[in-house]
Amino acid sequence: MTVTEDPAAAEVAPEREIGKARRRKEDARLITGRTTWTDNMVLPGMLHLAVVRSPVAHGKITNVDVSAALEAPGVVAVYTGRDLADEQGSIPCAWPVTADMVNPGHPSIAVEEVNHVGEAVAVIVARSRSAAADAIELVDVDYDLLPPVLDMEQAVKGEADLCHDHIESNTAYHFVFDAGEAGTGGDTEQAFADADVVVSRRFVNQRLIPAFMEPRSVVVQPQGDNFTMWSATQIPHVLRVMLAMVTGVPEHKLRVVAPDVGGGFGGKLQVNPEEVIALLIARRLGKPVKWTETRSESLMAAHHGRDQIQYIDVASDREGNVKGLRVRILADMGAYLRLITPGVPALGAFMFPGIYKFPAYRFECDGIFTNKVPTDAYRGAGRPEATFAVERIMDELAVELGMDPLELRRKNWIQAQEFPFTTVAGLEYDSGDYDAATQQALELLGYQELREEQRRRRESNDPVQLGIGFSTFTEMCGLAPSRVLGSLSYGAGGWETASIRMLPTGKVEVVTGSTPHGQGHETAWSQLVADQLGVPFEDVEVLHGDTAVSHKGMDTYGSRSLVVGGTAVVKAADKVIEKARKVAAHLLEANEDDLEFSAGKFTVRGTPGTALSIQEIALAVFAAHNYPEDIEPSIDADATFDPVNFSFPHGTHVCAMEVDTETGFVKIRKYACVDDVGTIVNPLIVEGQVHGGLAQGIAQALYEEAVYDADGNLTTGTFVDYLVPSAADLPHFDTGNTVHVAPGNPIGAKGVGEAGCIASTPAVVNAALDAVRHLGVRDIRMPLTPERVWRAIHQGGDGGDRATAGTNAYGGASTESTAGVSTPASSLGGDL
Amino acid sequence: MIPAPFEYARPTTVDEALQAVAAGGEDVKIMAGGQSLIPVMRLRLAAPSTVVDLGRVAEMRGVREDGDALVIGAMTTHAEVLTDPLIAQHAKLIAEATETVADRQTRRRGTFGGALAHADPAGDLPAVALALDAEMVIAGPNGRRTVPASEFFVDYLTTALDEGEILVEIRVPKLAGEWGVRYEKFNRVAQAWSIVAVAAAVRRENGHIAEARIGLTNMGPTPLRASATEAALSGAAASADAVAAAARSAAEGTSPSSDLNAQADYREHLAQVLTRRAVAAAAGL
Repeated sequence: MTVTEDPAAAEVAPEREIGKARRRKEDARLITGRTTWTDNMVLPGMLHLAVVRSPVAHGKITNVDVSAALEAPGVVAVYTGRDLADEQGSIPCAWPVTADMVNPGHPSIAVEEVNHVGEAVAVIVARSRSAAADAIELVDVDYDLLPPVLDMEQAVKGEADLCHDHIESNTAYHFVFDAGEAGTGGDTEQAFADADVVVSRRFVNQRLIPAFMEPRSVVVQPQGDNFTMWSATQIPHVLRVMLAMVTGVPEHKLRVVAPDVGGGFGGKLQVNPEEVIALLIARRLGKPVKWTETRSESLMAAHHGRDQIQYIDVASDREGNVKGLRVRILADMGAYLRLITPGVPALGAFMFPGIYKFPAYRFECDGIFTNKVPTDAYRGAGRPEATFAVERIMDELAVELGMDPLELRRKNWIQAQEFPFTTVAGLEYDSGDYDAATQQALELLGYQELREEQRRRRESNDPVQLGIGFSTFTEMCGLAPSRVLGSLSYGAGGWETASIRMLPTGKVEVVTGSTPHGQGHETAWSQLVADQLGVPFEDVEVLHGDTAVSHKGMDTYGSRSLVVGGTAVVKAADKVIEKARKVAAHLLEANEDDLEFSAGKFTVRGTPGTALSIQEIALAVFAAHNYPEDIEPSIDADATFDPVNFSFPHGTHVCAMEVDTETGFVKIRKYACVDDVGTIVNPLIVEGQVHGGLAQGIAQALYEEAVYDADGNLTTGTFVDYLVPSAADLPHFDTGNTVHVAPGNPIGAKGVGEAGCIASTPAVVNAALDAVRHLGVRDIRMPLTPERVWRAIHQGGDGGDRATAGTNAYGGASTESTAGVSTPASSLGGDL
Repeated sequence: MIPAPFEYARPTTVDEALQAVAAGGEDVKIMAGGQSLIPVMRLRLAAPSTVVDLGRVAEMRGVREDGDALVIGAMTTHAEVLTDPLIAQHAKLIAEATETVADRQTRRRGTFGGALAHADPAGDLPAVALALDAEMVIAGPNGRRTVPASEFFVDYLTTALDEGEILVEIRVPKLAGEWGVRYEKFNRVAQAWSIVAVAAAVRRENGHIAEARIGLTNMGPTPLRASATEAALSGAAASADAVAAAARSAAEGTSPSSDLNAQADYREHLAQVLTRRAVAAAAGL
């Protein structure tokens, strides 16, 4: 540094964008709704679809009479499964987890048989949405009822009724991971045989409904032999490929657009029957069509998540050194296999060991067919289920050993200096410090004070007891390594792509293949590019979601966007700089090697006063009057990134829970969590993702459950009965972070989309149990309804089954699906 | 979520409303705010041929005094009830329960009379009306009649209102003496219907409980009085023990339903706990 320094160079370097808590630039239009949600699309001559759905869970279709519906005002056509049978193919399943997996096939509209309430049996095409809705009840469908298969433990018995009579059993597959056989651990059976202590539990990870805010919607416009589909989907790129395969519309004749999409949580990671139907009908009629679901349809017919029965055994010595883990699960597929239905529990298979150094591990999973709507991805997809099981069983082991649950965890978790660490499941955990996160979380919670209060309440036999629960979790994120996905029989890779277009005025267009549905990609990607290229944040626009603009991508799920898609953006930016460097050298008449690029400008080392910004170069290349002879006149670039490993965010979540022992009502007193998600690009987005994740994870613990009655009717068919908590039901969250940079990508990010959802559920349940364990309670089934908590305290057991009837409030139990199929369990009586 | 087609009438007087209801035939539905009716129509659980919207009948709105009673227009919104000085002075229990009804938006449109005429057993206001010995003033083709709350609620979503009749106002006796009140509502999330709730009004005299009126929400197809508990409290000592003992009979004579939120036996248990808490709070214990 000298006093002769160039004044320009002495300018304050622009503030780094990465790490800045910018408000999301997309929020104004998303929150006000002033954007093109799919259902806002209106096309000339557009027709509207309404789906006639099965009111029975299982039956043969003996007759479909559409004559009355065809005569209804405004109705243009009515199609049954038989009408579309030859062209509808099967909804694709991209994850055959075993070579001998049985896929019964999944028609978009039922032809011979219905297998769940809400399955499509006919489609009305009408000139208005209301005309289509009015005609639904005019379609007369006759069913020969078959016994519904609803209980997985019954379904696997030899004499069980079959969900699909053309296959041999209700089991789709049997998937095994054995660490001994894989060479990543010891002999599990031997470990259990030699163990001092074995604790075994059966946990129920209940069925959940993703309950995204924007209902599913699709519009298809035919133009000659081309088709454009707008859909409220997470996966426009994957959808395009799959629709081409299913319907025979050639891929290059099909454009798929995901405009702004209002949430998905995995629920829009799907090739939906209604998307196939809309495309087929638009092709038949040569007219644009739209289908938008009602909330009732969404709850009933969009895929569900979770739904596992977990039998888990842990082996340990008396000192609390874990010796082995054995997991067997029944995973409810529902009636059919959708896009990644079978893969969700298999993805979880590798996460059951959590952050602990189990020397032996065996996992077995049976995928089971039932007469319920299919399950598929839901925030965390396999990892919340695994995390719940291991974090719950660690508490159970601690109780068995008389140890503090945190001491037991500390004794067994991977130490900071042991990273990278290859687990018994064969995953190489990248970085972290579980102890540091835990210490910070305890401080945030005010742990000692609350433990003291818990003691006081216990001693005074207070009707309101207090408990503290932990979840020290990790997850595999950044779904990605294509070779690894291939080894797991997944049907696609996990790379991501990005392009950067330098516009003549110096503005920057970033095209990402990772299509957002509310996460804030536009803001975060702009921050990345602003730092990388040294351009103002405001000069960057992020384009996404339209296969004609963003021609390839793997879209958004599995906390992959920043880790994989963001890295592709950074790499594309690096290529832009390298291309620009040649032009800069030419224009500055300098040697490339003498150029420095910093804060958006090329300068020549040792030649003060020379500077050329990358935005000026963009204009120069546009004019193309003067550029090196050996290059093309363009500094645009694209990049595709395929990491070699997953990333592994981790964290410690601590929940303090009050339990009213008189009513069973549970109330979170305090919640603290410290997450390590690697480098934080935008703290506000990270905080938002953690908050939303916590809400959903807490909701699994306390509120949400998709309940079917004995006939297979979904009785949680409206938000009156499927309880999604609001801000009023949730506590303040005390959040914090530790930062251990992810070594697998240049940003250093690990992924944050699912962390809160994965981590929180067991912390909440463990806290409730900690409050009432001294009253003899060992387990309470999720969700922890006040009734279940009260029964567990006063009658023993896990709280038992809930009555399946919907609440009587204004007739909520009798939804579109259950109307007309009144049963003792679901009937209401009364008149309205 | 699109209702079936229906005719729509929006009268501005009670007489016009009665005519519209008469003209609407058998399948007429009266809309008094629409916070329950519109959802069931959207779900197509109800498909009336005609909807008579009372939203513009000005004479059915507002609260006035009439001697020893308050007269509440059936179309007075929950939001209006919450800010009404007469209700705050003479019928605090109504305000306390109304505050727990649904959410702010719903309270802005939903009405006191609409909630009573809908007679949802999980609704909060019927049990309050019952506990306060309110009287329902009903207008029909043949003039007006008055039905006590104890006879108004007949069955699940069913009242003493006959075809062609409209609930126009509710007379609520003012509470005279040293009354304390409490609405104790139990639900799983905010802004939901009651799983069970207890409306209690307690008059204290010389360190004793002179009189207790207790209404139970969602303990059967209609709102109920906890008569056995009321009897046990009459003249009882104003003590926690006496209240707890009396509350143990709160579920006598009830017939609660079993649903996703609670099975019948748990509802009976909740009725006892909530009655104890409501009475204790109302009695200032």
